Amino acid sequence: MSWPQFVTVTLNGLTLAALYFIVAIGFTLIFGVLRVVNLAHGSLYLFGGYLGWSVADRTGSWVLGAVAALFVTALAGLLLQLGLLRRIHGQELREALVTIGVSIVAADLMLARWGGFTYDFSPPEVITGGLRIPLLDIGYPRYRLFVLAFAIALGLILWFVLARTRLGITVRAAIDDRDMVAAVGIDVQRLFALMFAVGAGLAGLAGVIGGSVLSISSGEDARYLLASLIVVIVGGMGSLPGTAVAAVLVALVEQYSLALFPTYAAIVSFLLMVVVLALRPQGLFGRPA
Amino acid sequence: MNRQELRLSRRALLRRAGLFGLAASASALLGACAGQQATPTPAPPAASPTPAAAASPTAPPATPAAAASPTVTVGPAAGEIVIGILATLEGAFALYGEEAVRGVELAVAEFGGAIAGKKIRLVKESTDATPQVAREKARKLIEQDKVDCIVGPLSGDEGLALRDYAKTIPDKTIVNGTSAAQDTTLRDPAPNFFRFSTDGVQWMAGLGTYCYQVKGYRRVATLGEDYSYPYSQVAGFLLEFCRLGGECVAQFWVPIGTKDYSSVITSMPSDIDAIYVILGGSDAVNFLKAYAEFGGKAALIGGSSTIDQNVLETKGPLRERVIGIPGAGPVAADNPDPAWKSWVEAYRKQFPQGLSTPSLFCWGYYVNAKGLLLGLQAVNGDLSDGQKKLQAALAKVEFDGPTGHIKLDKNRQAIANNFVTEVAEGPNGTLYNKLVKVVEGVNQTLGLPEDKYLSLGSFTRDNPTCEKIKQTFGS
Repeated sequence: MSWPQFVTVTLNGLTLAALYFIVAIGFTLIFGVLRVVNLAHGSLYLFGGYLGWSVADRTGSWVLGAVAALFVTALAGLLLQLGLLRRIHGQELREALVTIGVSIVAADLMLARWGGFTYDFSPPEVITGGLRIPLLDIGYPRYRLFVLAFAIALGLILWFVLARTRLGITVRAAIDDRDMVAAVGIDVQRLFALMFAVGAGLAGLAGVIGGSVLSISSGEDARYLLASLIVVIVGGMGSLPGTAVAAVLVALVEQYSLALFPTYAAIVSFLLMVVVLALRPQGLFGRPA
Repeated sequence: MNRQELRLSRRALLRRAGLFGLAASASALLGACAGQQATPTPAPPAASPTPAAAASPTAPPATPAAAASPTVTVGPAAGEIVIGILATLEGAFALYGEEAVRGVELAVAEFGGAIAGKKIRLVKESTDATPQVAREKARKLIEQDKVDCIVGPLSGDEGLALRDYAKTIPDKTIVNGTSAAQDTTLRDPAPNFFRFSTDGVQWMAGLGTYCYQVKGYRRVATLGEDYSYPYSQVAGFLLEFCRLGGECVAQFWVPIGTKDYSSVITSMPSDIDAIYVILGGSDAVNFLKAYAEFGGKAALIGGSSTIDQNVLETKGPLRERVIGIPGAGPVAADNPDPAWKSWVEAYRKQFPQGLSTPSLFCWGYYVNAKGLLLGLQAVNGDLSDGQKKLQAALAKVEFDGPTGHIKLDKNRQAIANNFVTEVAEGPNGTLYNKLVKVVEGVNQTLGLPEDKYLSLGSFTRDNPTCEKIKQTFGS
């Protein structure tokens, strides 16, 4: 691999990692606080993407599409939590089956509404186009760098909220010991609903941000659910730094193998998961059970 | 202390159970992904008689036989012929499946929904483009829905699976959909599997010559998904291109479902004239987008599904990236043939929600369904005697379809016309495949001597190479 190629592939890996991080962070937050493995997370991603595209198409504003995706999917997540999941809280098998059921129904509804077409976004011109990287003299799409910056900013904001605010302290306490948090008089149900909405909203936002890197089409829901699962399994369920590190690891492995031996790229990502599970079943940053 | 311990062990158990569940669901999903484009979920339950009907928003009122009403009849009632449609109605290839169903419905409508007084009833079943699911769903159609014949499947590996399945049900008949892996009919064919559509190699007829002689390309790289249909397409292109003296300097095979092509693009050699790309659906869109963003300089050559009408109707800023890309396939949108024009008219009339022009998937399912219906007509809908009469009649069916004359060879594989095209913009801003050249009567070996052709062996990711083609046929 030549130097410019190495740099480009590394950047590809990092920007893809940014995308994986944005999708997986909602998934891991929901699991961390509610202990719900939300298998409809991919559907929320796809719904956000479609909805954002429609709004952007009507209004001509990509930013408005992203904002709409964030809030509407947050609302959808809230309804999912209050309407369905709250009733069966703590029953893991039922929660898994209900969320799978929701994802099947949602996939068909979205197919009926948006059809099987591929949707391609047009982000604002400020963040599209190419950027020359000095010294190496290689061109790189500006939008992918924007996604990287966005993910870093999102990670920092989340870290700040979790580490420095009262809400964050409550959330961390709930991750550690929900019963005790409830016992000291905090309204856990409200916290659960809020976290579910935040996680879902982030999935919807990722639909627009990620849909603009690649594209949005029927079937993307399963792909991003799988990506989220791999990232959080490798990183450790419920861990913010774990998700970040795992996203980088998974995406870099994927991109290097696509560049070096594309035929076997799919196997390598899963090999990574197998190795991590064998050596550290709780994930890289997960606490031992 | 005691309580603490109890709580801890409970948490440990929970966590372990959670991880186990995750691993299980991940592996289930992985199974779905590794084989083919991911389906949103595990296959839908087979409980409802026509789950696919609900997924297809296009059930037309025009064809009584195809009405999506949830009939609970199982098996053919008296005076009825039941045809199962096998297509991908969910996941990444959902749009292709929609087009496929339209094709069958068009053909059935053409026959007034009945053959020799027997009503045609359609049963739709969805696959996820993997061979395992295709076989399972075909079995479901035959054993549970008791269909007489199947039209399908859609994707390459599925076709190979159904060829093998066909051999186990000699008294039923399968006609292909659009599955286009060459070996389905070329090697070890099944006596009751008929393909009135051309295959992936035939779809490339004329393109290699056009790229070498008119476009002046000499050195190419190829990029395709790693399964049987792209193998056929790449081979079909190279068979012409290399014999003329072209060079293929690098080949890239990516796992099915690869979405981010940025690193593959970065690895492309720089001293090439063009890249031959065979990807499907949203993967093609993702590639074209990344290629433009990364400032790819080499020209692009499209496989049949890379620049299919389904891809050209992508919502968003695709158009600047695809205009002028040469490709080839069994249909060309602006074919001046009156038969094509009237067929497109019928399509638009029956499916106002459809594409601006029918895609090759609609064409494939249409010609296969039409071939089947003509065969049924020839035997007056007589399915007794283990369908032996029908199968004998089908082998002799010849007809003029929307793209010209179609007849079958000794392996029950279509010999038909093929079209070299170039993506162009229509007067109302829609993109379409403009006709450049018609190649008439393309057979499965592209007119090359059959013994030499078969000596090339099955097409795989590293067969045939340019050198082997030049050695075998002389350049």
